[in-house]
Amino acid sequence: MKNILIICQKELKSYFSSPIAYLLMAIFAVIFGFFFYSAVAFFVMRGMEMQMSGRGGPMNVNEFVISPLLGNASVVGLFLIPMISMRLFAEEKRSGTMELLMTSPVRDIEIILGKWLGALLMYLCVIGISALNIVLLYAYGKPDWKPILAGYLGLILQGGCLLAIGTFISTTTRNQIIAGGATFAVCLMLWVLDWVSSFEQAGWAKVVSYCSVLTHFEPFSKGIIDSKDVIFYLSMIFLGLFLTSRSMESLRWRS
Amino acid sequence: MIQVEGLSKRYARTLAVDNISFSVAKGEIVGFLGPNGAGKTTTMRVLTCFLPPTSGKVSIGGFDVLEQPMEVKKRIGYLPESPPLYPDMEVGEYLTFVGKLKGLASADVPKRVDEVAERCAVADVKGKLIGKLSKGYRQRVGLAQAILHNPDVLILDEPTSGLDPKQIIETRELISSLAGDHTIILSTHILSEIEHSCNKVIIISKGKLVATDSVANLTNRLRGTEIVAVEIEGPQDVNEIRQKLEQVPGVSRVVLKDSRDSRNSFEIESLQGESPRAELARAIVNSGWNLNELRPMGASLEDVFLQLTASEKKQAA
Repeated sequence: MKNILIICQKELKSYFSSPIAYLLMAIFAVIFGFFFYSAVAFFVMRGMEMQMSGRGGPMNVNEFVISPLLGNASVVGLFLIPMISMRLFAEEKRSGTMELLMTSPVRDIEIILGKWLGALLMYLCVIGISALNIVLLYAYGKPDWKPILAGYLGLILQGGCLLAIGTFISTTTRNQIIAGGATFAVCLMLWVLDWVSSFEQAGWAKVVSYCSVLTHFEPFSKGIIDSKDVIFYLSMIFLGLFLTSRSMESLRWRS
Repeated sequence: MIQVEGLSKRYARTLAVDNISFSVAKGEIVGFLGPNGAGKTTTMRVLTCFLPPTSGKVSIGGFDVLEQPMEVKKRIGYLPESPPLYPDMEVGEYLTFVGKLKGLASADVPKRVDEVAERCAVADVKGKLIGKLSKGYRQRVGLAQAILHNPDVLILDEPTSGLDPKQIIETRELISSLAGDHTIILSTHILSEIEHSCNKVIIISKGKLVATDSVANLTNRLRGTEIVAVEIEGPQDVNEIRQKLEQVPGVSRVVLKDSRDSRNSFEIESLQGESPRAELARAIVNSGWNLNELRPMGASLEDVFLQLTASEKKQAA
């Protein structure tokens, strides 16, 4: 456990001692800020229209602003995750520091968990910026905080799942760009897989669309914590980290 | 301390290390010698639990590398060929990280880091980014990393490669100063390194063990006869000198190397097991000539090495 924290701390520090952390946070802040601005502007315009026509009661901020915003945050996160995970192992392999880690009295699984946790914390720092925007809403309205928490839980689970996959891909190469590119391709595939369900109803289509990370995120953004989605993300995290540990072991036997 | 029995390591197609056995006692400094690609690094990687052996038994301090890797890893310090450094970390930060990783108690880490930084002469760059350091400093930070947790066994893969002569001497002294409490294996293809700092040599070539012996024994082994270089200032007639020298008991052959302004250099080979240096000196002085130089030319480790690895090649062919 102590070793996990040591490695996690080192990973997190290395993100912040290079421009990566600041770059990712800036990208996210700008893009999410734009989404936030347009969502709120749209909400205000709709509200004024309704008031003038005299129809309908008060609109729900959670439903019209926060839920779509969290959905957007998950998509932006999807694009940033390869940039977080690509260096995890590829860089250590390239610079030879893998030898230091693998000859230190630390178990493989501790290295993997430490790195994954470090990446997850980095991801949280990026995603956390969106909270600043959401807090602003409390100054002018009374959004319900429970669905927001559920949404963030979804973001964390989805990020953990994609980071686990990215960690695995990072162990397979010593080239960061290849690791990043492959992770991005896999993330994108996992995002769009559920489109299959729109034109195909057969059994295989259901399985394929079940694997899409997006279908499992939607309930969270609406404030629903469904055990089947939680289990999906947790099992994906387990799968990704398990593959990572296999890949690390094969590294020893092959190289 | 280190026991290796029948170690083999096979990569996909090539057999990198072929049935090597040796043992190293506590406190010894052992030089691991071989041409490039002989299997030195592979053997070291097996010793450090980085690679598992294909067959054979390797144990360090009584712990098997396959069965109890954690215990082995606690007892070794390893400096790979290129020091395992993070360029975006500061030296002090890096050493602190390694100290924690190697299992030092958090309270002891700062003190130990200071001690080691002082010892490896990197204390003055503690606040610098590793990426900005010169090669020599990086090598020393790598060495500091290896000795940080005070391991029983130090495994150093070409610790002096890429250093300037002054740094090589400093590193050598540092390694010698570590002997005693640590058992050290260092690999190199520079022979003078081993003559300077090791008590024992293991020579491998093409994955096979060629020789294991002490440095002194190994050089003696090839030195059945003694060769002495002399420079004599005397008469113009070289043949007169040669005849005189050949008459000295114990001399088998006299070779004229150089003759300039009545200064004549000879190489004199002794009979097997004889050492005619004293007689030679007396004979020359008694003839009324000046003896400018008299120097034994022992077979150097270089000769031994070339001879051993060359014979290996012949056997293979």
